[in-house]
Amino acid sequence: MDPRLGTAAAVVIGMPAVIIGYIYGTELVLARTSEHLRTRLRPWLWLLPALLFLFLFLIWPTILTILRSFQGRLAGSWVGFANYSWFFTSGDALTALRNNVLWVVFLTLITVGLGLIVAVLVDRVRYESIAKSIIFVPLAISMTAAAVIWRFMFEYQSAGQPQTGTLDAMLTLFGFKPISWLQVETGAFNTILLIIVMAWMWTGFAMVILSAALKGISPELLEAARVDGATEWQVFRRIVFPLLTPTIAVVSTTMVITALKAFDIVYVMTGGNFGTDVVASLMIKQMSFNEFGRSSALAVVLLIAIIPVMLVNINRFRAQEAIR
Amino acid sequence: MTALAGAERAAVARPGRRAFGGGLRRLVLHGTLVILMLIWLLPTIGLFVNSFRSSADITASGWWTALFPPTGLTLDSYAKVLGQTDIGSGFINSLFITIPATIIPIFVAAFAAYAFSWMNFPFRNGLFVAVVGLLVVPLQTTFIPILQAYGKLNIAGEFLTVWLAHAGYGLPFAIYLLRNFMGSLPKEVFESAAIDGASPVTSFFRLALPMSVPAIAALAIFQFLFVWNDLLVAFIYLGSVRPENLPMTVQINNLVNQFGAGWELLGPAAFLSMALPLAVFFALQRYFVRGITGGAVKG
Repeated sequence: MDPRLGTAAAVVIGMPAVIIGYIYGTELVLARTSEHLRTRLRPWLWLLPALLFLFLFLIWPTILTILRSFQGRLAGSWVGFANYSWFFTSGDALTALRNNVLWVVFLTLITVGLGLIVAVLVDRVRYESIAKSIIFVPLAISMTAAAVIWRFMFEYQSAGQPQTGTLDAMLTLFGFKPISWLQVETGAFNTILLIIVMAWMWTGFAMVILSAALKGISPELLEAARVDGATEWQVFRRIVFPLLTPTIAVVSTTMVITALKAFDIVYVMTGGNFGTDVVASLMIKQMSFNEFGRSSALAVVLLIAIIPVMLVNINRFRAQEAIR
Repeated sequence: MTALAGAERAAVARPGRRAFGGGLRRLVLHGTLVILMLIWLLPTIGLFVNSFRSSADITASGWWTALFPPTGLTLDSYAKVLGQTDIGSGFINSLFITIPATIIPIFVAAFAAYAFSWMNFPFRNGLFVAVVGLLVVPLQTTFIPILQAYGKLNIAGEFLTVWLAHAGYGLPFAIYLLRNFMGSLPKEVFESAAIDGASPVTSFFRLALPMSVPAIAALAIFQFLFVWNDLLVAFIYLGSVRPENLPMTVQINNLVNQFGAGWELLGPAAFLSMALPLAVFFALQRYFVRGITGGAVKG
């Protein structure tokens, strides 16, 4: 038997046992203290494991990475803003930055736009649940699997050879020349293709949330507008769309974050070659060159780009709590 | 959760589908939807057909040629993937990584979520706002220091490293989702339990935990899929040190980069890696959707 099986079983049973044991243990200790101290201490003891994890795996490393971004290849060699000036002068890094902007704009537009269209259309047909499942299911698979699936769409054989990629076969069928899809850097064409793969995965996410919000709109309201002679387009434009705006904003922020963090699709499909690198993939590349200073600076750039979205999320959360 | 409640109500209140104008309009409606569904299915169908073809066939012609006789379909590639390559052991590794990495954060988060929901302490709201902020922190900012710490602790490349890292990375969402759910449970239940002399531990295990099963299920599915589908975290913490511990996603990526050799194994490997997420998805779709709408609409 695999010895790792024992370890895994020990962890699966042991970890919950340790945490539950910890809580019971703190209760034993608390039982000896005064009522007043007990109610003051208990919340912190219950929070402690979570706070420890958050501190050790998110907060502390982030602080260290920010400090590391001001050091060179070797830890402790302080270089000021050199890594950042490298970022804003190196061609590769600027391309990655431009690509990230493209990712944010196009991934958000495609997923939210298409998700909204599908959510509205699918509401009017009898095969709604099947259509939704088909659009939604790519979200459950790994980006690695999605990248493999799409590789066979974009596969290229030189003209004259039998085409094995789906898209090139269609092109040659209509008498066009086959295209080496993922190698076309002009106008960041290949980056757009990678964004389409990601949109194939994430449109279902936008659709499901928008569809739930759409079904929350009172049917009487729409009916009243129709009775008053509003066309379907007017109903959508004047009633449905304004009511969906908050949900669209929520979905958009999630998509912006997803786009900023984009890594897997680029890494598996092109490895960042042909000008398709994004900040996250360039960071991993620099890490593999042992350029930990530059790599840290790239991670910090990513963090800075995400902070506005973080603040929007926090504000929205506060507003929700206020009406709770 | 409000959006979902709305959805359920609307489904009851809505007697029939709304007509979409005349015949031409319905044609456009169905046409658009059917085309979209086909576009969504086509890439997967292509790889699926190719996964049953020999390597010679794959390089000689496109997958659509196998739709007409002679199809030449074979299970050879699947047998090869399961028997000879690293993909088979990758599948086991993925399980080893995913199951503990799903269970740990749920337990850690449940107690924290209860404290955030039903206990009073200073800085409660401020701390929770910090958790909301941590939801979006890019994992990239944590890799280098954690990797170095693992090196110093001499545990680099062990499964433990990814279990702990995934637990930490999944925790903000876990606390957030569970706290939103637990906090919306009826207050009276906890108040009357306290009056009857129930300790917080009893309230947690007897009331909060059983009542939160839907949220815990949604969370478990999310964390499971996130870890199972993860490439980056496993690649960073296991990649260079202990290649024999790598999960399927990284193994498949390595296969992609071996140009030529083993090209025909990509399809079966990808479908093998998709089998578990798809089973989870179809069996527990309702919880999955509830988690997404609950998590995102609130967030």
